[in-house]
Amino acid sequence: MKRQIPVLLVFVFGVFMIFQYFSPHEYSEWIYKFLMDWIYIIGIFAMALGIWSLIHVSYDKIKNKRHDWGYSVVTLAALFIMMFFGITGFDENGEWGFYFMTQEGLTNPMFRNFFNHILVPIETTMFSLLAFFISSAAYRAFRARNVLATMLLVSALVVMLRFNPYFGEAVGLYMNKIAAWLLNVPNMAAKRAILIGIGLGMVGTALKVVLGIERGYMGKG
Amino acid sequence: MTSHLMPPLALTLVDIGRILSLAVIAGGLLWLFLRAIKRKEVERRVIFLFIFVSVVAPILFPTVFQEKATPIVKDVFDKIESLPPGSVVLLSYDFDPAMAPEVQPMADAISRHCLVRGLKIIYMCLFATGQGQFTSTLENVIKPEFPDKVNLVDYVNIGYKAGNEGVLNVIITDFKKMFPTDVDGVPYDSIAVFKGIRSCKDLDLVISIGGGKPGIKEWILFVGDPGNVPIASGVAAVVAPLMYPYYPAQMLGMLGGIKGAAEYESELVHHYPQFKNSPTPALLMMGPQTLAHLVIMAFIVIGNILYLLERKKGRKR
Repeated sequence: MKRQIPVLLVFVFGVFMIFQYFSPHEYSEWIYKFLMDWIYIIGIFAMALGIWSLIHVSYDKIKNKRHDWGYSVVTLAALFIMMFFGITGFDENGEWGFYFMTQEGLTNPMFRNFFNHILVPIETTMFSLLAFFISSAAYRAFRARNVLATMLLVSALVVMLRFNPYFGEAVGLYMNKIAAWLLNVPNMAAKRAILIGIGLGMVGTALKVVLGIERGYMGKG
Repeated sequence: MTSHLMPPLALTLVDIGRILSLAVIAGGLLWLFLRAIKRKEVERRVIFLFIFVSVVAPILFPTVFQEKATPIVKDVFDKIESLPPGSVVLLSYDFDPAMAPEVQPMADAISRHCLVRGLKIIYMCLFATGQGQFTSTLENVIKPEFPDKVNLVDYVNIGYKAGNEGVLNVIITDFKKMFPTDVDGVPYDSIAVFKGIRSCKDLDLVISIGGGKPGIKEWILFVGDPGNVPIASGVAAVVAPLMYPYYPAQMLGMLGGIKGAAEYESELVHHYPQFKNSPTPALLMMGPQTLAHLVIMAFIVIGNILYLLERKKGRKR
């Protein structure tokens, strides 16, 4: 029963959603809108569940002094500090208070400082490290080993050159035309083929889930 | 006597810095090129050092290039230009701080453009951190540059809602259901910007700024296509090639990476000279990006010289 009810629910709602898409009837629209409200509620519960799971896992790690448990202390401290400053702030009269329903917390100077001077530099640093790894990878990987690799190499150079104002407008214009063709024709054709493939794959997987063949969402394959 | 004949040297410290840094980078690359001819590999740390110098030098000695908008960027600009004052544009901040250096300039420039044209803006986000990024636009663009623009009348921030595509699936039919109030708790019906707006179908333009998931793809799939809503985007450079298949039928235009943002900033300054003194971070960032690209290209060439020489040596054996 524990397995059959979820499978039945997925089947009923899955089939309904497929047919609903093609049915403009007002009842069908009403049920669709009603179901859409559930997504909103599920989203909020999923977030609450995520936060609870993070606290639970981190607490367990700290309690049992598992490997790298110090990071969990930082995670929990950051979570609670940001949460505290996010729901407290100063109103128009400069009085401090708790704000659960409005955005005063987001303008709290401490929240802004943590966001602007800790979170932003950390994330941007991680992202900017890509420049170093990409350049090293480009040096090692972009080699004219065969015809296809040479085509890739030349295409990459052309696309990069079009961004480069050092070579003047004439070269830039020429490169721009070639790069535009590369992006709009071969790139777009390949991407469309991939997208169509992904789309068909998604339909296939969705059908397997709806028909109860694929049951990975229940925690078992 | 000679001083009268020679033109006066008008080099500033910044110019000298630019010339010196370019000379150092060019000299270093030439040295590596000569080493490559002798079949000597370049160490990873040397590549890192060159990238570091090529990024830092244009930051210390700013180099700003004039950008000309490419058609895909111009389409977004022209669409906003074509909207009559009072039209409602939805700007979705679908990004986090990691993407912010690339896409925040787009959000700021588009906000400037919409506000100067007298368009009304609905700000929202599908990323929880997008809310914080909007505060940056509010503090750095709207409040200092448009003090006459009034919250709830000229723009409104409805914030973040959990649910990813689910949020879009609801607002395509009913905005109020998902956003009964703005972030300050002001009821939907009291917000002037929402006058005449029941769902996304009533919007004149939707622009998603981001590059992750949920992002522009979800906006196209769940709002643009089913609701026939004009959609444009500003995305990180790594995502831009993935979005080309949607242009121009399903996405009217796109700002791709810093280059796209710089083109938009340049176009904005060109059409609205009052923004000449406004910050143009993307145009400034094009300097480091351009030089870093050149250095990467030089390393690709060096790598290929090494490879070809090695292959030649292998054949001889």
